[in-house]
Parts: sequence; C-alpha cells; structure tokens
Amino acid sequence: MMQVSKAAGASAGAKSSADERVRKMHWAQRAFMRPELGAAAGALLVLGFFMAVAPNSGMFNADGIFNWLTVSAQLGVIAIGASLLMIAGEFDLSIGSMIGFSGMMVAIPAVYWGVPVWLSILFAFAGGIALGLLNGLIVVRTRLPSFIVSLAFLFILRGLTLALSILLTNRTIVSGVADRAKGDWLAPFFGGTVGEPVFVLLANWHLIGQFPDGSPVVPGVPVIVVWWLVLAFVGSFVLTRTQFGNFIFASGGDANAARNLGVPVARVKVLLFGVTAACATLYGVSQVMDFGSAAADRGLQKEFEAIIAAVIGGSLLTGGYGSVVGACFGALIFGVVQQGIYFANWSSDWFRVFLGVMLLMAVLFNKAVRRRVTGER
Amino acid sequence: MRGFLTFGAVAGLAIGLIAGPLAKPARADGEHFVLISHAPDSDSWWNTIKNAIKEAGRDLKVTVDYRNPPNGDLADMARLVEQATAANPNGIIVTIADFGVLKGPIAAAVKKGIPVVTINSGTAQQSAELGALMHVGQPEYDAGLAAGKRAKEAGVKSFLCVNHFITNPASVDRCRGFADGVGVPLGNQMLDSGIDPTEVENKVTAYLRANPNTNGVLALGPNSAAPTIRALEKLKLNGKLFFGTFDLSPEIAAGIKSGTIAFAIDQQPYLQGYLPVVVLTLYHRYGVLPGNNINSGPGFITKENIATVEKLAGEYR
Repeated sequence: MMQVSKAAGASAGAKSSADERVRKMHWAQRAFMRPELGAAAGALLVLGFFMAVAPNSGMFNADGIFNWLTVSAQLGVIAIGASLLMIAGEFDLSIGSMIGFSGMMVAIPAVYWGVPVWLSILFAFAGGIALGLLNGLIVVRTRLPSFIVSLAFLFILRGLTLALSILLTNRTIVSGVADRAKGDWLAPFFGGTVGEPVFVLLANWHLIGQFPDGSPVVPGVPVIVVWWLVLAFVGSFVLTRTQFGNFIFASGGDANAARNLGVPVARVKVLLFGVTAACATLYGVSQVMDFGSAAADRGLQKEFEAIIAAVIGGSLLTGGYGSVVGACFGALIFGVVQQGIYFANWSSDWFRVFLGVMLLMAVLFNKAVRRRVTGER
Repeated sequence: MRGFLTFGAVAGLAIGLIAGPLAKPARADGEHFVLISHAPDSDSWWNTIKNAIKEAGRDLKVTVDYRNPPNGDLADMARLVEQATAANPNGIIVTIADFGVLKGPIAAAVKKGIPVVTINSGTAQQSAELGALMHVGQPEYDAGLAAGKRAKEAGVKSFLCVNHFITNPASVDRCRGFADGVGVPLGNQMLDSGIDPTEVENKVTAYLRANPNTNGVLALGPNSAAPTIRALEKLKLNGKLFFGTFDLSPEIAAGIKSGTIAFAIDQQPYLQGYLPVVVLTLYHRYGVLPGNNINSGPGFITKENIATVEKLAGEYR
C-alpha cells in the first residue's frame, strides 16, 4: 500500500505516536518514498545524456521538443491506463490493437456512411469502452489470467480491424477524415493544436524558430499533450486521493484480503479495463484526427511500450504498487530515447538494441533509487 | 547515498560505452541528408537502397542517414519526417507511402526551406503537390497493369495476388492494376500474406488448394515471392502456373532461370537511392536541378536478360 488517504477513514482518534504507520515524517523524506522518483531521475538522466551527445541537433529547439514530446504524450496516455490496471494486478495486451480498431471505428462511419464526425468519435469511444469492459468481464468471470484473455483480444481486434476494413471499404488505409472533420465541433478536441496566438507571439519575439514566411515552426501545443497532462492529473488524483484509488491498490495488493474487507474487486478491475480501452481509443482517435486517416496497422506493439513505460514508472508487474506520475515519466523517457537516437544520428539499425539497453538501465537505476529510499529488498 | 551515486556513474559509463561505437565519427564538412522509408525492419528489399545511399555518400563526400519505422507504422514514419525536419538537414529523401498521413510533415519540411526529393511510393502529381523538387520511382498501378497484360497474353484467367504489405496503398494499386490488365475484377484474390516466410508459404498453399483453377500468380516482392516459390514447388505446380513478381532477389533470379517465374518487374531501387543524393547534392552546391521527374522503372527481367542482372541481385539490383 502506498499512502493511506483520509477517504479510507484512518480513524483520527488512534493517533498514538507508538504506531509507526502514522508517525510524522519530514516532507523531503516523504518525497523520496514516492514510486515515481526513480522514473523522474531516469528522465533527467536521459535528457542530460542527449543534451550532452546531441546539443546542436535541433532536438532542443521548439520543433524538436514537440517532436519527442508528442511521441511521449501519445505513449503517456496509454501508459496511464496501463499503469492503473497494473496496480490493480491485471494486464491488457490488447491496447495496441484497440488503437487500430478505434481508429477504424471513427474513420469508416465518417467517410463511408456519412455519419457526422462528432458522432463517429462518440461511437468509437462507446465501442472501445464496451470492448474493454467485455475484456474485463471475461477475466473476472472465467478467472483466466488477464495476460491470456487480452492476448486473445490482441489478435481478435487486430484481425477484425483488417477484415472489416477490407470488407467495408476494400482498403486498409481509410483516408478523407480530415475533410469530413472540417467545422466539426468535437474534432478540435482530439486533433490539431491549441494556443496558436501564443506561439505566433513567441516566434515574433524570436524565442522559437520561424518558417521563412515568419510563421512559427510549431503551430501550437498538440492537443494530445494537453490530454496527457489532464489525464496524468486526474489519474494521479484518483489513485492517491480517493477511496477508489485505495480500492485499486488493495485489489492488486491482495485481492482476497481486499474482498474480505468489502472492496468490490471485480468491479474495480472491470472498470479499469474500460479505462485502459478508453485511453487506447483516445490515442487512436487523436491519431486519426492528426493524420486524417485510419490504418489497419496503427498501434502495433504499443501495448508493450505502455507496459514498459508503466514499469519504468515504478509499477510492479505483480500489482499493488506503482504510480500514474511515474508512468508519465516512463513515457517521457521512451519518447526522448526513441527520437533522441535519431537526433544523435546513430544508425537506426541499432535502434532496438540501444532502446533495450537504455530501458534496462532506466529500470535498474529506478530500482536502485527505490531501494535506497524505501529500504525494500 | 554513495552506492546509489556509484550506480548512476556506472550506468552512465555503460551507456557511454554502448553509445560510443554507435556514434558516427565527427562529420566531414559535406552535406547531410536523411532518407526516410516506410519499410519495417524486416523488409530485405531496402538493402539495395541502403547500399546505394552508402555509395553515393562515399562518392560525393556527403553523409546520408537511413531511417524507417521499425514496425512499418506510417504514423511513426510521419514522426520521423518531423524529427528530420527539426534537425535541419541539407535535404530529405522520403517515400510517399500514404499521401494523407505524410502530407503535413513533408509540406512542413518544404515550408522550412529543406529541399525534398520523394522516391519509390507515391505519384509525380503528389510529389509536386507537396512542393518536392522531384519524384524518383515507378508508377505502381501502371506497372501492375503492364504485368497483367503480359499475363493475359499468356492465357491467365484467374489469378492470386500475394500481398505482403497490404497496409500500404501502393501494394493494393499493384494488385488492382494487375487485375485490370488481366481483365478480372479484384475480389478475394488479394491475399494478405504477412511477412513471415512460413506463414506466406502456408497461406499460398491453402489458397491454391481451395482454388485449383487459379492459373496465374503475382507476388509483390521478395518477401512474398520466395515463400510462394517454395509453395509452388511443394504443390508440384512450378512452371505450370504463370508466375510474375515485383522486384528482384537472388531467389527470384534463380526462379526466372529455372522457369518457375516468367518475369520480374524491376523498379531499379539502386537508382531510387543514388540519384536523389546526386540531385540534392548538386542542388545544394550549385543550385542546378533537372526539370523533370525520374521514372526508375518498370523494367521487365526475363530469361533473356537475367544473366547480367543475377550477379548483382540483392546488392545493386
């Protein structure tokens, strides 16, 4: 268990100083006990590393920063869902397939059936969340490991994405969403950028680069980055400051004990499968809005990236321990490393080797930090 | 705290040791270009282009980096184009794997003043619309159509199109062109084979068992052609079906010689790698630029001209 919040009803009367669980701690000591510390340190490490090896590569100019930040944000969105689910002791390997499937759920109705884009987006979210809940229900009802159930869904959804797109449209990339989304009231919430006037100002003051015609090289903050920050805040608040957050920790820590205490473990887990699917749908929909098309191979292997980000962020594979903020730092590390390799001009033949080594380092580093400050073995 | 600091130092050192050999030697003063393809890591066809840019770089004293989305996801590719733009190279060489997806990133590179040459996938019109200097490639639908006409002459009535990169619209254009050339509507003869050789072979075998009337096969490249050859050999159908393929590899060359394969459509990828580097270098140094696009293909490789091609297959052809 991480922190016991007030909502859990730690009885105020029992404040005997002899009880080590409620002893007063210095704030710095408490900050050091947080699971995301290792990931935050790792993020600083990789940022410092790339500042050292690729200082003048454009990686830290406005357009370079938003390049790796967008990659991090996309991954961050699904890593938040994945980390919550992992803390509750379950896995979802169908995240990547859900990205491809939800993209098609937006694109096909909008382009081929003349459904307004806002309705297609709502349809995709409804469909995605329903599939996530179904995933969760199967796990809870059959008592099968979620690893197996969601692995089945990985193939089912990827297969459906390809089969249905060929069946309905005869192609595997459905484009033309951009034209249909023009003037739609909901589409701007999922694609494009915000804060354009600020960036025009910044460009005029030469704080960020300009195109030769004077417009800023970065039109604005990508919407997905805003989503990422909002979800990080909401997810972290729910996890650490609400009763439901304690339910999540309890379900993953020891499901039987939690059940005996009256925690609705099954409901918590099913709901979190829905949340994870909603995060994957957000990723899929925003990618469709950005590129104006859905494709059958979108999101390949993203489930592993999301899980890796959550693990770097301090979530344990066994459940019961972890943090949303940590998962966000994990996603940041991933984005920085993935794009940084290109800025540093290393051969992309070595990309995966380097990525793997870097990730291993980050996790080990993270663990070392955690061991120092929490005294865990 | 000391152990933790030691660990940090060791980790940093280890990363440095691993990164050291990967880091390129300090750049010469030559131009720096980036080539971005849509091919996943597992696609062997792009080796020829990698060789071409390596040699062009050596001959012209410039640096050319090759980049690709590891899983072939075009959204990842779009991020790579944005990344290259942010790094301000002297030129970008990029495939138009999907116009809708890459429109924004490529146009932004052009807008930033980076010269762009498009290669391989996409059309000359799309290239011009994006503001690229030129397009070097083979018109896919036309190449498929030419192959289909050859097949029709040979008497093909029903065919199988083995597609190993079905998510790329260019691949569907090839099958569609072939179908139009044969004069048959394209239905379920397009097989989504995937890229794993065993799977390709088994899927082709299953299709031919289920559709014994098939008398023509089109493979879209080495990744689908080599396993298809094996499937035909095991079914004892080699030489009995009219078998054409896109592109070239050592296996395809051997198949042409043995009569299993009637022809290979060569889009001459070496040109798609080498020429853009020449064009961009000359454009950067002297401001000179050819006034038209370059069609690198289609060339047909048959029994007649295979000997000259074979020596170079997989490396230059």
